[in-house]
Amino acid sequence: MRRGIRTAAGVVGAAALLVLTACTTDPSVTTPSDDPGESEVEWFDQALFDKQDAERGVVPEGPEGQPYLQHINAEMVDTSEYASEGAKKACFANASISNPWRQTGWITMNEQLKVLQADGAISEMETRDAGDSDDTQTADIDYFIEEGNCDVFIISPNSTAAMTPAVERACATGKPVVVFDRGVQTDCPVTFIHPIGGFAWGIDTAEFLIDNLEEGDKVVALRILPGVDVLEQRWAAAEKLFDEAGIEAVDYFTGADPAEIKKIISDELAKGDVQGIWMDAGDGAVAAIEAFEDAGVDYPVMTGEDELSFLRKWKETGLTGLAPVYSNFQWRTPLLAAQMIFAGTEVPQEWVLPQSPITSSDLDEYLAANDGMPGGHYAKFGGEDLPGYPTVWQERIIP
Amino acid sequence: MTAVAQAPARRRRRRLDTTAVVYIALAVVVVIGAILVAAFADRNFFSPGNIRDILTGMSVLGLVAIGQTLVILNGSLDLSVPYVVSLSSLLAAETMAGNPANIPAGIAVAIAVAAVIGLGNGLIVTGLKVNGFIATLGVGLIVKGYLDTNYQGSAGSVPPAFQWIGATGIGPVPVSTVIMLALALAVALFLRFSRTGNHMFAVGGDAGVARLSGVRTQPPVIVAHIICSIFAALAGLLLASRLGVGNPTVGTAGGYDLLSIAAVVLGGTLLMGGRGSVWGTIGGVAIFAVIDNVMSVLQVNPFLKDVVRGIVIVAAVAVYTGRTVHDRRARFARKEADR
Amino acid sequence: MSTTDQVAEAPALGWGERLRKFGLMLVSPRGAVYLLLIVLLILITVLNPRFAEPDQLMRFIQRVAPIAIVAIGQYFVIVAGEFDLSMGSLVTAQVIIAGNLVGQDDSRSIPVLLLMIGFGLLVGLANGLLTTMLKVPSFIVTLGMMLALLGGVLFWTGGAATGNPADGFRQIGRGGIRDLPLIDFLPWAVVVLVVLLALAIWFSKRPFGRTFIAVGDNVAAAHYSGIRVWWTKTAAFMISSTSATIAGVLLVGYAGVHPSVGRGYEFIAITAVVLGGVVLGGGRGSVVAAVAGAFALESLFTLLNFAGVPSTSRDAIQGVIIIAAVAYAAATFGRRRRRPARPTSPAGEEQAPSPVPAVPAPTPATGDTPQQGGL
Repeated sequence: MRRGIRTAAGVVGAAALLVLTACTTDPSVTTPSDDPGESEVEWFDQALFDKQDAERGVVPEGPEGQPYLQHINAEMVDTSEYASEGAKKACFANASISNPWRQTGWITMNEQLKVLQADGAISEMETRDAGDSDDTQTADIDYFIEEGNCDVFIISPNSTAAMTPAVERACATGKPVVVFDRGVQTDCPVTFIHPIGGFAWGIDTAEFLIDNLEEGDKVVALRILPGVDVLEQRWAAAEKLFDEAGIEAVDYFTGADPAEIKKIISDELAKGDVQGIWMDAGDGAVAAIEAFEDAGVDYPVMTGEDELSFLRKWKETGLTGLAPVYSNFQWRTPLLAAQMIFAGTEVPQEWVLPQSPITSSDLDEYLAANDGMPGGHYAKFGGEDLPGYPTVWQERIIP
Repeated sequence: MTAVAQAPARRRRRRLDTTAVVYIALAVVVVIGAILVAAFADRNFFSPGNIRDILTGMSVLGLVAIGQTLVILNGSLDLSVPYVVSLSSLLAAETMAGNPANIPAGIAVAIAVAAVIGLGNGLIVTGLKVNGFIATLGVGLIVKGYLDTNYQGSAGSVPPAFQWIGATGIGPVPVSTVIMLALALAVALFLRFSRTGNHMFAVGGDAGVARLSGVRTQPPVIVAHIICSIFAALAGLLLASRLGVGNPTVGTAGGYDLLSIAAVVLGGTLLMGGRGSVWGTIGGVAIFAVIDNVMSVLQVNPFLKDVVRGIVIVAAVAVYTGRTVHDRRARFARKEADR
Repeated sequence: MSTTDQVAEAPALGWGERLRKFGLMLVSPRGAVYLLLIVLLILITVLNPRFAEPDQLMRFIQRVAPIAIVAIGQYFVIVAGEFDLSMGSLVTAQVIIAGNLVGQDDSRSIPVLLLMIGFGLLVGLANGLLTTMLKVPSFIVTLGMMLALLGGVLFWTGGAATGNPADGFRQIGRGGIRDLPLIDFLPWAVVVLVVLLALAIWFSKRPFGRTFIAVGDNVAAAHYSGIRVWWTKTAAFMISSTSATIAGVLLVGYAGVHPSVGRGYEFIAITAVVLGGVVLGGGRGSVVAAVAGAFALESLFTLLNFAGVPSTSRDAIQGVIIIAAVAYAAATFGRRRRRPARPTSPAGEEQAPSPVPAVPAPTPATGDTPQQGGL
């Protein structure tokens, strides 16, 4: 009897907890997206939004046909204090190679390294992989400072705020520091290399969808993870624009799992029509398209990424699509920047690389150029003139 | 003649204590690592920077593993630790908000919330009779839900005074390692000399027998879970100190749940409870840290690192469970031999 | 309450009897998972009436199939008193192997399929032998295997697979028989699931199948009864790896090839099995209940999708449900253990009910009345 009461109490307690959880998270039956006010307050930055919006229209300066050396609106910084002869040792603290985008870039970076080694600019590059952990990367940078005998620190930070103390310590050694991809909250590095940015991605993709859809249409947004600033900015911009244009947008976190993506889309299609798909990264794009095929409905208007699996499926299905890019060729620039720094050449304080999406008119060209590459390869990898092209990327030999 | 001949037969062969085996294994790993690092990377394994790297790598996992030792001793498990680590780092960073005067408050909030979560774990395990694996898996998911809903990225800010703990050291030994070892000592003494500590061994060994012997089987388990969550909070505080902010993914990025259990078992604690030692766990954590360090210096492919870790875990545990199973003192055999 | 103890009774029962027993079981604690499943399905249908349409239902079963299949595999391991944490990595590994080896060449489908099954059996064999011969706890063995498998396969492929293999291979997971009279579309995945479930039920009633529960309940007693414990446990791991392989084959079709396919499957499988009332530590539970647990779990997620609950809250809800389900099962099993022995029971059940351990440890509980793992 007592145990029966205890059981009942346990079940009632659990049910109460469940209701409480539901209350605190406020599930809304009509618009299942996260509270827009909250993410806007957290991630939306009007000044940065406007800056990136303007940068989209600027013609980059720099050598023609070498987008990884081009820059937009650059404020140059003098590097003559670092100028010196001889091959230098680079120390690279890598956040991880845990997704296909980073793996492609890592292969490209190593091919670029070989060129610079042949030129005598860089002697070697020692790398420490942090496995997506801030703590490990902090320790890696500290190890380089103490033991690495580095001439230049190249850092791809795992997260912006958390890596700032370690980057500041690296700067304090007096050696040049090059930061790329995600940034940090300090200006001490010699240069910070990145493509235009997440807001520009969001604007490009949202405008494309808005142009091709009508007011009241539904867009399902597939997002990989919360909390990564390069990804959050993309959605923050897109969400705002969708809101203004009267497009109904619902977002889900997928973890890049294609099975999850398929389930989400299937459930959405079961609830009603879906006219557009927005993705904050290309992983799993194929599964999303296949969900439409399985349900027997028309293909959506879709934005993915320059991942080859999406490009191929896009070509195959003939859907209306756009492939925004997060310029994978940025993995070439840090080593080239290091070479320039030691040569005393000016580099931009904030090196903004071009970021232009692949449209349906460019599609064939990129597919031809990347024929034979694996599905996880990125079309704008920028390594066509490097040794090892195309085998190293086709075989996907991780150094 | 016979007396001399009998004396050696009577002398019991001294079996090595499991903790001793762990430290021997650690010494072997260190030696092999030093050789590899010197041969292939031309580095000195024992240089201050390298020692600091190893000890830093031990601190966070060590704190979590100490707590996990207590829980496993009681025959339970704690899978909620990564989320408690993340939550406490966020709570601490937000409470401190860059103001050194808030440091005590930040620490207190993080520890208090963790203690409540630990209490919840303990009550679900003992009161609702849910297996530790499931109970803490469930609670971990609840905390994860809370984190995912309320935090979209780093939050808070840790004042430089508190960052000092994570950044400085006494020579090559980081302050955080000293703190971790001091706490390990405290827990070891607790297990050895306090009544609750002794009861933990009893409950873990055989709860039924313990109960029939008059030991209250619920308090040790609850205390173990509370202490485990508090240690997870301490790990979160240490991470907040090192990173300067709180982060909702810092706990899961470190894989602290499964790695802490692996370190505990590597250290000689039985997974089913009843036998184990905190020092063995520290040895297990050290083995992991040394192997990670050597692989990083050798620039081993990150994917291969996981393969090595997996093999080491299984191989190392195989070495002593192969022994421990047979390591039962024959209670009457000596008297037989005496006759 | 109904009893499944058929050792002392005549095996043959009329259909009416079976139906009555089934109905009674449904409202008993052992039937809790079925009740939960029915409630969830009703709620989904209320929120979305189209769900009850045959083709939608078939698609739902198609997407639950991989999870249900790994639940079957994990059931045999858990009922034998062990854990298999390597399932998720094995699914991922098999998916990537399929993607890389089949490529666009349809003719390679069958050889690669055989290779995958062989590889899966090898992994299961390794898990089993390491656990039984080296006496390493299965938690640790499968944890190590999880790390080694995933790292190894990612190292081999450079982190990402080449892409989706040819359509022929994917048909198993994605396609099916079309234009059937009532249901219009019968996915192959559903067929595979039904066949495997039938096989599992048949197997669990065979003498060898019963040794799993015996081993999980009391290893010493099983050993003294002449059961080769090492072989039973190894077989359990091999069954679990094979189920992961089959789930991988289905997922290649359903989801495509990607390194994150299959991630977390071991925890989903364990959750499903536990929801189905199988006790961690082994010794009791039924495979049908494990599959029902898998369906219940996936229905819960689908319900949350339809209800528009933000994805960030889902984990919290999942956590609560898991705890509640296991607490309910534990409490009611405890209550039933205290009841005095029935006169028709065999001698084994007449032991005085032992005190319920305060902490159900992840090892077989001693002294509990062994219940046959029937329906």
